[in-house]
Amino acid sequence: MCLAIPVKVVKIKGTLAEVDMSGVKRQADIRFLENIKPGDYILLHAGFAIEKINKKEARETLKLLKDIYYD
Amino acid sequence: MKYIDEFREKSIVKNLASQISKFSGLQINLMEVCGTHTMAIFRSGIKQLLPQNINLISGPGCPVCVTSQSDIDSMLELASIKNLIIATFGDMLKVPGTKSSLEKIRSSGSDIRAVYSPLDALEIAKENKNKEVVFLAVGFETTAPIIASVVDDARRLKIKNFSVYCCHKLIPPAMAALLATREIKIHGFLCPGHVSSIIGTKAYQFIAKEFKIPCVISGFEPTDILETILMLLKQIAKNAASVEIQYKRAVRPEGNIPAQEMLKRVFLPCDADWRGLGIIPKSGLQLNPAYDKFDARLKFQIKPSKTTEPKNCLCGQVLRGVKTPVQCKLFAKACNPENPYGPCMVSSEGTCSAWYKYNR
Repeated sequence: MCLAIPVKVVKIKGTLAEVDMSGVKRQADIRFLENIKPGDYILLHAGFAIEKINKKEARETLKLLKDIYYD
Repeated sequence: MKYIDEFREKSIVKNLASQISKFSGLQINLMEVCGTHTMAIFRSGIKQLLPQNINLISGPGCPVCVTSQSDIDSMLELASIKNLIIATFGDMLKVPGTKSSLEKIRSSGSDIRAVYSPLDALEIAKENKNKEVVFLAVGFETTAPIIASVVDDARRLKIKNFSVYCCHKLIPPAMAALLATREIKIHGFLCPGHVSSIIGTKAYQFIAKEFKIPCVISGFEPTDILETILMLLKQIAKNAASVEIQYKRAVRPEGNIPAQEMLKRVFLPCDADWRGLGIIPKSGLQLNPAYDKFDARLKFQIKPSKTTEPKNCLCGQVLRGVKTPVQCKLFAKACNPENPYGPCMVSSEGTCSAWYKYNR
């Protein structure tokens, strides 16, 4: 039940964002997040954005997984 | 999907599995305390990739499953009040109470609606001013700030026919309660990613310090879970116990401060009754007195009833990680997803449901 899905922000109106979930448009309440812009990815849970995906950290995790852990 | 597919990359999975296989030897028990992790582990077949000495155990991580029988019965009592609409997450519908379930009561005429968000429940209240609307608020720290926001909205908008039946629970106190039972040896915790997006790392520090158990906050894709296991094994090998974040793309050490502030504003910590674990001090959330009018327990004078858990059902022990579903006499026989005896078979995130679907 703590499932949250990364969705892309399309438009922002006040504390609501229109998001794209694999081609489906949905609304997300973004009151818990600051400085959200179109193009950002947010984690959507029960109609609310609980966190913004940190793109830099995502890249670094992938890089670490691809480089460092290899023998 | 972006931020999902790249964390399912087969070559990375293979490499992580081979790194993990170097830790063969001692028997190591790692526990996940999040139903979404349980489902992800089973769905991706991660257990089959691990050496035999590394055992993944599911803990009390499914909010529907840990809801006490007494609370389920109180929800059924609420649902039978006339002119009252129950709004709930769909997972609650089939959970059997002592005498019935929400689904059965609905088929005999009660107005019970499954919603995606508590915001939908508030909309139902706005559209049905001549009826009372009660939202069944079940969930951990991920969900509680959302319910808090909706209750706060209801107060601001002066919506009088809306209330919540609050059963929110907190994960770190349950982890400690489980360790204190000493029923099972746990060497490390895979901590829930989205709970931690809200609470950050601080709330787990006492588990690492006082119990000397490594904690790693994990994402939900196969490479996330395997990397978390590797991080835990490295801590265990060094005899270290600290709180680390694997899921850095979604968890900050400090967590989500506005969401934490919303929790503090609307809720107070309270003792809570967990299925399988009993009453754990300060492990639940109740509405702060300023929000009394939105408390369905007070509004409809619901008193906790004395109940017993279903006969022969091992959900309680399964939730503590002491028994596996196949050790239950009812599993996949009398108890199945169509006719569940206990909540662990009902919820899509329940351990019995996961074993039924993926591990028979």
